[in-house]
Amino acid sequence: MLLLALILIPLLASIAIFFGAPARLTTIATAAVNLILGVTLAFVPDTVCTLSYEVLANPSIHFSLGIDNMSSVMLILSVIVTFAAALSGTCVEGKEKLWYSSILLIAAGAIGAFISTDLFFFYAFHELALIPTFLMIGILGRGGNERKEIAWKTTIYLALGSIILLAGFLFAGSQLESFAFKDLAAVENHQTAIALLLIIGFGTLVSLFPFHSWAAPAYASAPAPVAMLHAGVLKKFGLYGLLRVGLAIAPEGMQHWLNLLLVLLLCNIIWMGLVTINQKRLDCMLGYSSVMHMGYIFLAIAAAISTGGEIVDPSTGTLTLAASAAMLLMFAHGISIALSFALADRIEAKTGTLEINKLGGLGKTAPKLCFLFGLAIMASIGLPGLANFAGEIMVFFSGFEGWSSEQGLGPVQITTIIAIWGVVMSAVYGLRAFRNIFQGSLMGKSNDSTDISLLEKAPAILLAIVLLAVGLYPNLLLNLLK
Amino acid sequence: MQYYLEFIVAGLGLILLMWEAFASPKNKALLGLVGALGLSAVLGFLVCSSCSSCAGGEAPAWIARFYANDGYAPFFKGFALISTISVLLMSFEFQKVINKFTNPDGSDTNAGEFYCLPVFACAGLMWMASATDLVSIFVALELVTITFYVMIAFMRRNVGSLEAGVKYLILGAFSTSFLVYGIAWVYGAAKTTHIAQLSQLSPEVLASPSLLFGLALIIVALGFKVGAAPMQLWIPDVYQGAPTPITAFLSVASKAAGFGIAITILRPFLESDITRGNVATILVVMAAATLLYGNLAALAQTNFKRLLAYSSIAHAGFLLLGMATGSFDYVLFYLVTYLLMTFAAFFVLGLIHNAEGSDEIDAFNGLGQRSPLLGLSLTVIMAAMAGVPLTTGFVGKFLMFSAAIQNLDTISWLVLVIAFIGAAAGFYYYFKVIRAVYWCKPHSENTINLPLISKLALVVLTASLIVFGIYHQPLMALMS
Repeated sequence: MLLLALILIPLLASIAIFFGAPARLTTIATAAVNLILGVTLAFVPDTVCTLSYEVLANPSIHFSLGIDNMSSVMLILSVIVTFAAALSGTCVEGKEKLWYSSILLIAAGAIGAFISTDLFFFYAFHELALIPTFLMIGILGRGGNERKEIAWKTTIYLALGSIILLAGFLFAGSQLESFAFKDLAAVENHQTAIALLLIIGFGTLVSLFPFHSWAAPAYASAPAPVAMLHAGVLKKFGLYGLLRVGLAIAPEGMQHWLNLLLVLLLCNIIWMGLVTINQKRLDCMLGYSSVMHMGYIFLAIAAAISTGGEIVDPSTGTLTLAASAAMLLMFAHGISIALSFALADRIEAKTGTLEINKLGGLGKTAPKLCFLFGLAIMASIGLPGLANFAGEIMVFFSGFEGWSSEQGLGPVQITTIIAIWGVVMSAVYGLRAFRNIFQGSLMGKSNDSTDISLLEKAPAILLAIVLLAVGLYPNLLLNLLK
Repeated sequence: MQYYLEFIVAGLGLILLMWEAFASPKNKALLGLVGALGLSAVLGFLVCSSCSSCAGGEAPAWIARFYANDGYAPFFKGFALISTISVLLMSFEFQKVINKFTNPDGSDTNAGEFYCLPVFACAGLMWMASATDLVSIFVALELVTITFYVMIAFMRRNVGSLEAGVKYLILGAFSTSFLVYGIAWVYGAAKTTHIAQLSQLSPEVLASPSLLFGLALIIVALGFKVGAAPMQLWIPDVYQGAPTPITAFLSVASKAAGFGIAITILRPFLESDITRGNVATILVVMAAATLLYGNLAALAQTNFKRLLAYSSIAHAGFLLLGMATGSFDYVLFYLVTYLLMTFAAFFVLGLIHNAEGSDEIDAFNGLGQRSPLLGLSLTVIMAAMAGVPLTTGFVGKFLMFSAAIQNLDTISWLVLVIAFIGAAAGFYYYFKVIRAVYWCKPHSENTINLPLISKLALVVLTASLIVFGIYHQPLMALMS
């Protein structure tokens, strides 16, 4: 029942807001309750009771919820980012209802997707989260009329991705005669087709190259909480799905497409890395960097595929290195990108622009903002001591797992070696942006900008603490994955 | 009692007609209200008789040859009653528009029949559900079609309505000729028109080309009723020109009736091994053409009524997939979801038309600001039509797709791919409406006032779209 409450509380709160409850207060209270509830459920497994309710007899569909090691990590990520998103951003005057109820709806959809244990509702909850995302970008997004075009493009892209994904699910489900996670097993026929459908479908949702072109503009024009929730949480749905569902139902099919996936993820890291370096606006840069970082997580998934597609080690019953690396990096990236978008929004609020060249010297007038943003940038570069470092290093290790120096370098190892250059690129664009914005001589409105207030700092501090805690002691999460 | 429901409905229609002719009530819409009440009573009878233990029993001898209350008959009767009641309620608000086109201007002298005719169509639809003989099917179908000829051209001083009427008349007669011709061929091959005997034909007869030819003609003729290619050309113009409640009636009841008959006639042939392949192939080819035409043509529409027309063609394509695989339960489920979505959409359209005087998608611009409730329900309706999860529309498509994937040998990869492309295209053209509702600036700042009946109907329909989208078993239980 507590699991159901995790979904129902934000849903009911958003309905209450639609009917006139105080928007901001309700949202923050709801997010706080969910944060406490979610973290408790994830860390104290005894409190969890699963739930399963048949909604259709033939084909068999159940509304079933449950938590295991992987979903508990995603659940923690969702509730933390939701709470931060509820506190971030400046709502457009007179649109409080839409703004806050959308945040709650997206949160309910994301949480629902991650704790569902039936393919049907896993898929359905994700779509529930997408609709308010589109509406928010279109109605309350930044950047003039262009935002409507961007929102429309995102809508079409993600809808197409979802339909392709659905086709893959149906092919698998009709052979397995069940949609429950516990019944997922390698299917007999059409594995290659299913694998390709899942890679394209999930890949579109995660902005895998070449289905990535919606992502950066969408994040750049989305209101801050939506960008945080989508880039931080919702996008991870695709990676989580590939790991959990894709590898389970079509391990051989995935193997068939492994080389293709490796090429695509290298494009994500190297090509998108170069594109990111070339960005002139901070929000676009963050958007593209988020596309780029997806490549590392795909690399972990590719490593898992190449070792046979098992994500749970049969001898110890714990998650394999590749799978834990993917989960850890998903978590770390979710927190760090949410932090970056929250702070970029503050920079725009203080100075009125996000053009990197028009900013300068902000560190002198807003030192706290400077410190927090520096932390976010360092995390995304992969500085040791912050969560992303632990994730990335594990990803690179997983590329060489089971490899011995007698055998030559396989495709996964070569890809890993090239992918490490991505870290250098992150350093180039991250540090350059930081220098231009916060150091040097005061430019433009940086002169009379004030530092961020306590209320504005709160979400950023929360996220920064999580980044540090997981970075210094990764076992905090890794123990969950055992 | 259960064998005389059609007579009661037809009698109700006659009484209404007499009342209109001799007593001439002041407010013509009153006729519609009384009609809806009467039909609700009949619906009550139907539910009681099909639930309670007295449901069994033989039909009286004098109609037993043509009539049986078995299989899906109660479902389709309920379907006909519910859709007619909704149409009558919708017409209640529509009288203002009807009055514009009466003679003399603005009076309601000629508006009375508008509320009586749907009742007759309902009687025909109900009889059709129970008919067990090709001849009685034909007669029932004609009763429905002829009432539609009148209703579509009812606004006779409106050019669009006249054009729609003429098109429907000519093409309807054309398709009827196909049907008669097909029945003749089937009779020639099988020496019977009785469905029960058609299911016991000898293998030689089943394998004969003349039987197949007859069936093909019948399928094409039914394709006209459901709006499937190659008989779909009338749909956009007729939908656009006909009075809005009648368009809703046409798109829901006519389609359900067509599929009801198709199930009755084709079931024995889809179950027999000899004919299954051929019949299924005809249906699959039609489904592919229908899906392509409906979905691709819908992409370019700017008029909401025409958009719904093309979307109705597209839905027919998905339903045909279910027919071809013999998953009749899924077809029925899809029809129910289609009824909910379509009526809800036409309710909204009627309200917008009253406020704006236009059916263009532009007229929906900024609806989210002018009436949040209307905007929200239209969003849910369009999402359901597109097949967004957690709505009934998704479940319907989901079932069709899973039926198709389980029968890949009949459906073939190509058609399956077409179906998925169609579903993807659906996202584009339905979301276009949502885009207009929320992202575009409204033409006027006036808020739209909703009459109580419409508000209630809309909330109920929208809520049921979501509730049945999450918990589907009750709808599925309805079929059996």
